[in-house]
Amino acid sequence: MERQIEAPISKEQVKELRAGDYVYITGTIYTARDAAHKRMYEAMQKGEEIPLDLKDNIIYYLGPTPAREGQVIGSAGPTTSSRMDKYAPLLMQRGLSGMIGKGKRSPEVLSAIRENTCVYLAAVGGAGALLSKCIQEAEVIAYEDLGTEAIRRLRVENLPAIVIADCEGGNLYETAVADYLNAHNNE
Amino acid sequence: MRTIYANEIIDTLKEMCIEANLQLSADMVDRIHGAAETEDSELGAKILSQLCDNMEIAKREQIPICQDTGMAIVFVRLGQDVHVEGNLTEAINEGVRQGYTEGYLRKSVVKDPLLRENTKDNTPAIIHYDIVPGDRLELLIAPKGFGSENMSKLYMLKPADGVEGVKDAVIRTVKEAGPNACPPMVVGVGLGGDFEKSAILAKTALTRNTNEHSALPHIAALEEELLDELNQLGIGPGGLGGRTTVLAVNIETYPTHIAGLPVAVNICCHVNRHVKRVL
Ligand code: SF4
Repeated sequence: MERQIEAPISKEQVKELRAGDYVYITGTIYTARDAAHKRMYEAMQKGEEIPLDLKDNIIYYLGPTPAREGQVIGSAGPTTSSRMDKYAPLLMQRGLSGMIGKGKRSPEVLSAIRENTCVYLAAVGGAGALLSKCIQEAEVIAYEDLGTEAIRRLRVENLPAIVIADCEGGNLYETAVADYLNAHNNE
Repeated sequence: MRTIYANEIIDTLKEMCIEANLQLSADMVDRIHGAAETEDSELGAKILSQLCDNMEIAKREQIPICQDTGMAIVFVRLGQDVHVEGNLTEAINEGVRQGYTEGYLRKSVVKDPLLRENTKDNTPAIIHYDIVPGDRLELLIAPKGFGSENMSKLYMLKPADGVEGVKDAVIRTVKEAGPNACPPMVVGVGLGGDFEKSAILAKTALTRNTNEHSALPHIAALEEELLDELNQLGIGPGGLGGRTTVLAVNIETYPTHIAGLPVAVNICCHVNRHVKRVL
């Protein structure tokens, strides 16, 4: 079903989301990809502070292109999530509620999603120009030296995404292809 | 001898980097539009129509089609009667540097695969040189995203595996790539040669116009057959189910050893970018 969701997202709202839901996200989310994850992970392991309060927040796996004059951000589509699999469970234990990316996740990530009441969403890969239109503000808040991989705070409006993995164990990547084939072979 | 100056090469490549990232070739645009019309999964059709809108916005507002503006792969065909005034390799890298910085493209290259420090200008490019007859210089740039690159595979099959083995290898690779490679994909296959030749053939295959089949009848037939079989997998746009899994299969071949059948499968997403210019 179609839903509007607000970010940060409460655990109550996360519980309502089901694999296959088409959602529009409005509010504040953060970007982080490979290098920022590695840095946050290593800091947390050493017991150091990280530059972002994870509680109820959503991380968008994104490294945008630079903005032109007059633009908020450049092209801004999702990157492949599996590269963050090593780091994601710890972030979820520390309060992270949602992740936006594309592609399959590891069994460890999927069980951390269930255990910590989180949600994994996919945005359309390769639609970075279109998705950039949903971003109203973008500001680098940490790790500026990482360039495109820095952590950014984004204000988004109606950012479209699809729930892939929900906290009840639903996983759209596991069912969608078989469902399609069943529906179309019986026609 | 015809002289071509390094400056001309720099300016040309700079423009090519920018153009490639803002606009796909006409055949790719047509294929995506065509797929949007024939897709029979509701969500799949919605995703494909978003991809059409995305291409429109990219062109109109000069926003790259995808934020992964790739590593710059450059194929050079240098006529043997051309004299390049200046350093050709440096000129190519300078063109890429200027294109990626002045064109607001993402810098996605790290200097060392383990130390991983960004070079901040998307250089160096990966350059494939070919010396050919004539007095022209052909440049082809193909910015390659790594979501799909990471799902590519190389198989050293046995001759006895034959065409069935080749089909198996391609189908297995596409299945595994699934949603990670931003389907619908374009599949480049390199058949024959040796280990590295097959991989270069596969990448070359991706740069071929998707409306043109191989000139070899049995390979053209294999391209058709594979396209058909891959689109029965049901992976669909975004990997969320549908008939549009693959937009095209292009195969390039080369003679090989009596003991070998190398098969390289280079996966590309729908953002299959390439621009060619001849100087
Ligand atoms: S795989 Fe292609 S469409 Fe997907 S993020 Fe990479 S370059 Fe973009």
